[in-house]
Amino acid sequence: MSFLARNRWWLIALGAVVLLVAGAIAWPSDDEDTSDIPSREFRLEVPEEPGSDSLISLDATVYLPETTPAPAVLLAHGFGGSKLEVSGDARELADRGFVVLTYSARGFGESEGLIGLNSPDHEVRDASALIDWLAEQPEVLTEDGDPVVGVTGGSYGGALSLMVAGTDDRVDAIAPVITYNDLVKALIPNSGTEDATPITSAGTPAASPFPDPGVFKRFWAGLLFTAGSPSVEAPPVASPELGTDDEDGEGDEGSEGARPTPEEGGTGDADGGTGPTPPGCGRFSPELCAAYVELATTGEPSQETVDLLADLSPARFTENITVPSLVVQGSQDTLFGLDQADANAREIAEAGGRVKVVWFAGGHDGSGTPGEVRDQIGAWFDFHLAGRGPDPGTTFEYGIPRSVAGGGGTRVRTLTAPEYPGLVDTAATEFQRHRITGDPTPVLTPAGGQPAAITGLPGLSGVLGGSPDVAGRLHRDVPGQVARFTSEPLAEAVTITGTPRVRVQVSQAPGAATSGTAVLFAKLYEVSPNGTRTLPGQGVSPVRVTGLPADGTPMEVDIALPGIAYTVDSGQRLEVAISTTDQAYASVTEPVTHVVGIAENTDLALPTTQGEHATSPVPWGALAGAGGVVALGVVLALVSAWRRRHSTDLVPDLEDVPIVISGLSKRYASGFTAVDGISLRVERGQVLGLLGPNGAGKTTTLRMLMGLIRPTAGQVRVFGHLVRPGAPVLSRIGAFVEGSGFLPHLSGMENLRLYWAATGRGRESAHFEEALEIAGLGAAVHRKVSTYSQGMRQRLAIAQAMLGLPDLLVLDEPANGLDPPQIHQMREVLRRYASGGRTVVVSSHLLAEVEQTCTHLVVMHRGRVMATGEVRDIVAGGHGYTFHVDQPERAAEVLAAMDGVSEVEAHDSSVQALLGPVRPGAAVTELVRAGIAVEQAGPTGRLEDAFLQMVGEESAP
Amino acid sequence: MTEPHRNTSSGEPAARGSVPSAEAAAVLEERSRHADPAGRVAHDGSIAGYRANHTLPIRVELRRQLLRRRTQLTLGLLVALPVVLLLAFRIGQDDVSGGGLVELATRSGVNFALFSIFVSVSFLFVVVVALFFGDTVASEASWSSLKYLLAAPIPRHRLLRQKAIVSALLTVFALLLLPAVSLLVGVLAYGNGPLISPTGESVSMGRGVVVLLMIIAYLVLFYTWVAGLALLLTVATNTPLGAVGGALMASILSQILNQITALGDLRQFLPTYYSYDWFDLLSTDISWDEMARGVLTSFVYGTVFVLLAIQVFDRKDITS
Repeated sequence: MSFLARNRWWLIALGAVVLLVAGAIAWPSDDEDTSDIPSREFRLEVPEEPGSDSLISLDATVYLPETTPAPAVLLAHGFGGSKLEVSGDARELADRGFVVLTYSARGFGESEGLIGLNSPDHEVRDASALIDWLAEQPEVLTEDGDPVVGVTGGSYGGALSLMVAGTDDRVDAIAPVITYNDLVKALIPNSGTEDATPITSAGTPAASPFPDPGVFKRFWAGLLFTAGSPSVEAPPVASPELGTDDEDGEGDEGSEGARPTPEEGGTGDADGGTGPTPPGCGRFSPELCAAYVELATTGEPSQETVDLLADLSPARFTENITVPSLVVQGSQDTLFGLDQADANAREIAEAGGRVKVVWFAGGHDGSGTPGEVRDQIGAWFDFHLAGRGPDPGTTFEYGIPRSVAGGGGTRVRTLTAPEYPGLVDTAATEFQRHRITGDPTPVLTPAGGQPAAITGLPGLSGVLGGSPDVAGRLHRDVPGQVARFTSEPLAEAVTITGTPRVRVQVSQAPGAATSGTAVLFAKLYEVSPNGTRTLPGQGVSPVRVTGLPADGTPMEVDIALPGIAYTVDSGQRLEVAISTTDQAYASVTEPVTHVVGIAENTDLALPTTQGEHATSPVPWGALAGAGGVVALGVVLALVSAWRRRHSTDLVPDLEDVPIVISGLSKRYASGFTAVDGISLRVERGQVLGLLGPNGAGKTTTLRMLMGLIRPTAGQVRVFGHLVRPGAPVLSRIGAFVEGSGFLPHLSGMENLRLYWAATGRGRESAHFEEALEIAGLGAAVHRKVSTYSQGMRQRLAIAQAMLGLPDLLVLDEPANGLDPPQIHQMREVLRRYASGGRTVVVSSHLLAEVEQTCTHLVVMHRGRVMATGEVRDIVAGGHGYTFHVDQPERAAEVLAAMDGVSEVEAHDSSVQALLGPVRPGAAVTELVRAGIAVEQAGPTGRLEDAFLQMVGEESAP
Repeated sequence: MTEPHRNTSSGEPAARGSVPSAEAAAVLEERSRHADPAGRVAHDGSIAGYRANHTLPIRVELRRQLLRRRTQLTLGLLVALPVVLLLAFRIGQDDVSGGGLVELATRSGVNFALFSIFVSVSFLFVVVVALFFGDTVASEASWSSLKYLLAAPIPRHRLLRQKAIVSALLTVFALLLLPAVSLLVGVLAYGNGPLISPTGESVSMGRGVVVLLMIIAYLVLFYTWVAGLALLLTVATNTPLGAVGGALMASILSQILNQITALGDLRQFLPTYYSYDWFDLLSTDISWDEMARGVLTSFVYGTVFVLLAIQVFDRKDITS
């Protein structure tokens, strides 16, 4: 038994383990364990200046895949970060099978040198030097002596990837992420044009048709500058670069990179031996620092600054890029908008490179690259570097963030279009036009440009808002500084992909002295029916209009609104807001008023793309896992059932013996032994009494007889069959053990019927009428059991036990709660029941009960059998008859004189004797004849004596 | 000592009126005499007419459960809830804003039904599942009727299986009942307009009803873990409250842990992590990925719990 038990527990434990393992395998996990990717750090010496002998050292780490040689990926970090920031991505790529080289760019982390802002002579040459290093490594796959290498990175690192690809032929594929094309257009943008068509003809909104500089993006520029000056406790540019996983993690890494400890900063400067730098310039090169100081103080760049920024822009090199390029941009990005990626994509495509464009719902103002996007980058290199996996193609993929009600957060729906439509008007671009209306409104540019409208906090909106949805509501316009033009509620939802266009009229307020220049900021709001405005992507389009006629004649200006990927729901309105200020930009400081209106007969044009939801692949893994788990469970259940199956365990000789118990014990886990090795045998036709004080083990024995409790040792056989839980032979037993068990909300009748129905046996074999007769409940049988008295329940339970006239009837304390006539009747019933060859077992702690009901008796005490036998034998064993008489002495003489009478004893008022063969009646007759008055006569040794004698004094409390 | 010994079987006792069973006893005696035990017994020792796999038929157990007040109350509550919701919307009509399902609830009948599901997912439905599965065996134990069912004998695994099937039937019915009544109430109150999802997509009422059915189907699969746990607890304890409450507490605990974002990806192993992923069904192009993971998670937990329940019940000493 114990072996079997142990075995079963093993089975279930094994099952659970197998299930968990199967679950873990089938459980799709976002995170591979990449902690065991081997890596090594090293420092690489590069010339401080091209051709110079002075060297600076770069801090680098290389991550190695499982099998080498393998293609290499150069992974550059974002601005303000270091190689640590991209370690997670590096491990992911190494896990995919690439040699991944990360390094801190000069001026960052523990690398020496000064920040040159991806200067072609410095950072770009450094990258080539790193590729040189890769070429020498045995782990790196080479083709004709050239290393197979891809370059990727986010933001700063993304621009580097473009520039390296444009200058170094050894690069085989790139994946620039949330980066810029032209620093001038990115930092000093202008989104308006007088001409209705120039956006098309100029080829790109980034390449603004206005030759004049636009409006300085001062907030972002300031953030970037401080991020490059580690001596200042500056917030990191929360550029969720590659590696910025979903929510929290990356920000920390970024800040580590952006805020080196004083030691690090100091050491870097000292080792670099960079000489004196202007105060507040941090690790920037002096000419960059000077340019920034000029821009930040005047808000308008000099030609030198414009030339410098143009020199540092990837736009210079894109015409040389012919390698496969995955251009990834975020739609929550007020630093480098979709237009920058558009310019890169288009210029590379024109140069002959294979381009795939992906927009995700994040960016410098939102979350970092989600796992799916990192996966796409990996797949891009897999195919284009290693020749693995399916061709990612050149389809256009874009994510639409949707907020979900009920605290569901934001969900991103990824759509796929066959080709990238671009932001410029092409045949592929579809526009949905909406009429927007509003009166021409005078708008004031306040003196000093304050107070200014707020359109989110650059770089922090995503962090603060937590989701694009919340961030989109972090905005405020200043009354009197804004003109609004609103559409009707949309009849149906529209998904905007790209830069909406609007044409406005701007005029000088009559009579004002003016320079003829207006700086305006255009935004596209989604307005809900209750008036809540949401600014998708938090973007704002700055427009610098020059040459306004002084007489107040309006000029018409075409404005490219910020590029977004966003769905406006039906019922919402669209609103174009033109304001004179924006906190994030350097505005005009002279007070001036302009009048802004919508150009006549023009519409708000919304670019749309017929993208389709990427048919999400059927999650076979999870489905197979789910099916497999259930199948496994079923198999385990079946195995368990099979083990539970027993062949018939029958002792044929005992087939006619109702009960044979041998060596039966029950020891509970607590150590209490309820039944201790009892053996007994009950024959057909007996009414067996199981007698013992409370706690003698009677009920436990009966429960084991019914298969409710598993014996710890020994066995019970009923009609020769071994009793186990649910053994079929139990169907020949009718039982009432330790109280009734009825459904209290049903009537007694309903209870009996449902019980019998539960046994699955035919109704005709139940004998309800007889059972109900025995219960004797009368009309009460139709009342709810919960209204019954204890005795009524007792009788109903006994009736239930008798349903089907079982061959063996087991009744535990049947007399409890019955009144004397009922007890009497019960005896009669039991006697008659047994007389037909059936067997009855009755337990009781009442001596008289058993004595008067039973033919045979088992006396139990403390789990042991004290005596067995016929009631008559136990009662009579060695005991005599007692006569209560008036003259005991005389009576003793009379009795002693009779033949066969022995051991006569006279007491005060009685005389005792063993009558032997003499019938009591004869003895009484003899006494009476002798003139003795017999008041009472009866057996001396009633069961009580025998019982007490057997149980002994120890049972006394 | 006690009453005098009688050895007659006269009609006297029957004449006592309150004890009419002497005649029955006589009949019993008669029947017993004519009985031929040997001929009525099968090879496995069972009495003629007894078949283990015919015990506790589904319809019998269903009847036993349906007659219970708690079943009737639960189902009644699910019928009443939509009416209460409707009244709440009517009384507090103004200022329904903030977007989302609450705002959308009064747009159409289907949206109203969707809202009723939404508000029930995290607690009410869990209570229903925990109640039907957690109460089923423990209540028998508390009534002491379990021992008579098992001694009938209904094999233990069969008793558990039949009860689980009936609990599942009741659960599915309850989970369908609420949206069905809500749909009826909603269509009467707000018309048969289209289903508008929180993301602004709208589909016709017909398709909306299909979406509701798919949501319920997902929830039925998703709640297997609650069912499994409640089944394990119901065989492990003799108190229905312990089993139902235990399953409920586990669900609440899991939901609380799910709020702790610091747990990161560990949360996806929580059984309630995927409880709202049926939102994906509201999109016109359905992403099945998260729901499949939800079903897998639930099945792993559910299967382990059910296997444990079978094992525990099989090993258990019935002392109630």
